[in-house]
Amino acid sequence: MNMHVEVAATVPVAAPAEALDARGRRVAEAAARHADAVDREGRFPAEAVAALKAERLLGIQVPRSLGGEGASMSEIAEICAILGRACSAAAMVFAMHHIKLASLVTHGRDSAWHCTLMERIAAEQLLIASSTTEAGIGGDLRNSLCAVEAEGDAFRLTKEASVISYGAQADLILATARRHPEAATSDQVLVALLRDQITLARTGVWDTLGMRGTCSDGFLLKAEGVPLVQVLQKPFAEIAAQSMLAASHLLWGSVWYGIAAYAVDRARAFVQGEARKKPGQVPPGALRLAEAANELQAMKSTVVAGLARYEDAKGDPDALGAIGFSIMLNNVKTTVSGQAVDIVQRALGVVGIAGYKNGTPFSLGRQLRDVLSAPLMISNDRILSNTANLLLVQKGSGKLLSA
Amino acid sequence: MVEISDIRDVLKSLESLKGVVDTLSDDDDLFEKGLDSFGSVQLMLALEERFEIEFPDSALGRRSFSTIRIIRDTVAGLRQQEAA
Repeated sequence: MNMHVEVAATVPVAAPAEALDARGRRVAEAAARHADAVDREGRFPAEAVAALKAERLLGIQVPRSLGGEGASMSEIAEICAILGRACSAAAMVFAMHHIKLASLVTHGRDSAWHCTLMERIAAEQLLIASSTTEAGIGGDLRNSLCAVEAEGDAFRLTKEASVISYGAQADLILATARRHPEAATSDQVLVALLRDQITLARTGVWDTLGMRGTCSDGFLLKAEGVPLVQVLQKPFAEIAAQSMLAASHLLWGSVWYGIAAYAVDRARAFVQGEARKKPGQVPPGALRLAEAANELQAMKSTVVAGLARYEDAKGDPDALGAIGFSIMLNNVKTTVSGQAVDIVQRALGVVGIAGYKNGTPFSLGRQLRDVLSAPLMISNDRILSNTANLLLVQKGSGKLLSA
Repeated sequence: MVEISDIRDVLKSLESLKGVVDTLSDDDDLFEKGLDSFGSVQLMLALEERFEIEFPDSALGRRSFSTIRIIRDTVAGLRQQEAA
């Protein structure tokens, strides 16, 4: 039995190599410099992504045998949190890239084509986007309307992708589709499409409250004459359950943790400034700061415990496919997405008008707008309904230190 | 004794599979034929009711429900355990 689920959240699951951390911090510096402009203009965080490529952080998850660094989910999560403090959009782009890469690394190892692709991702620092959302289906990941239409050893695909985050900037898109034109909507595969194999016609513009830099525009995606070997043979159902669900909830949660932690840092600096001005008095915001710090710790513990459970289950399809594991991940998502919003709001309450105003050292408007996406990015209601269904059959162990 | 035909009867009660049950072989992957996570929970509930068993959490993975034959074996194993 592992003792990893204890609430000693200050002890990381697996301490990331110092080098990765330092590389992440250098990217965060570049991201922070441009974060306000990215938000204001609703533009792609190009400087941050260029820095990610320069620090070679887009390929770290690729196994060493294929030219990567074999980074673990926890190491990637740490970088997500570091970037989340600086620029939510850049952090989310990094997270989404690694969520897709997790699917390739977990399920593409037995395909020569996908191994070569992973080598290219590491060597050329290719940026991967995801196309799951589709007109007529919405955000329901596990259903598709579009289908792989095979002709000989090539295929054609047309997808009305109502959202592809940074689709216009990505070097590679992993798209879901039905296995063949007669397949059930839930009989899906994941296909890898290189930028020069597709055309993207923009059908919608991402002009949003927050997370403006993810540029999650809508596109009509068309691919023709793509070799069939680019279709991952594993059913997408399995890919979703074995790698995507975990990577999504854990890496998103880490980004949101970074945003919330930044807000609490601002609130703490504000309260400390007040305390210095009036020695002998506890500033009025101190109690609210204590509450925010309290919730931040609970949030951190939830993310860290989820990462530990994942690292433990990794490589064991039965553990990853178990109902209790899905429930745990769902709970991580719904819990931390709500906490993140609450923490940033509390921090804003502490710093007051200085946080509400843009352009002060305590501004939290961007962070608040960004973090409001957390409960919506896969709606918490959708996830809770899924959990409710799974709870109809789960028995539960009642144990504290294990599943 | 749990027969393959008993399992097929239960599958026919599921919305997501009822149209295709007769075209399935005993070893087809049900998740590839349209069984989704909602359907798999409904399947477990129906099996628990029909065979008066309870699936332990360890048997609640996708694998225990992936084909008709595997479901038959899982159910038969649980019935034996409960009889013992």
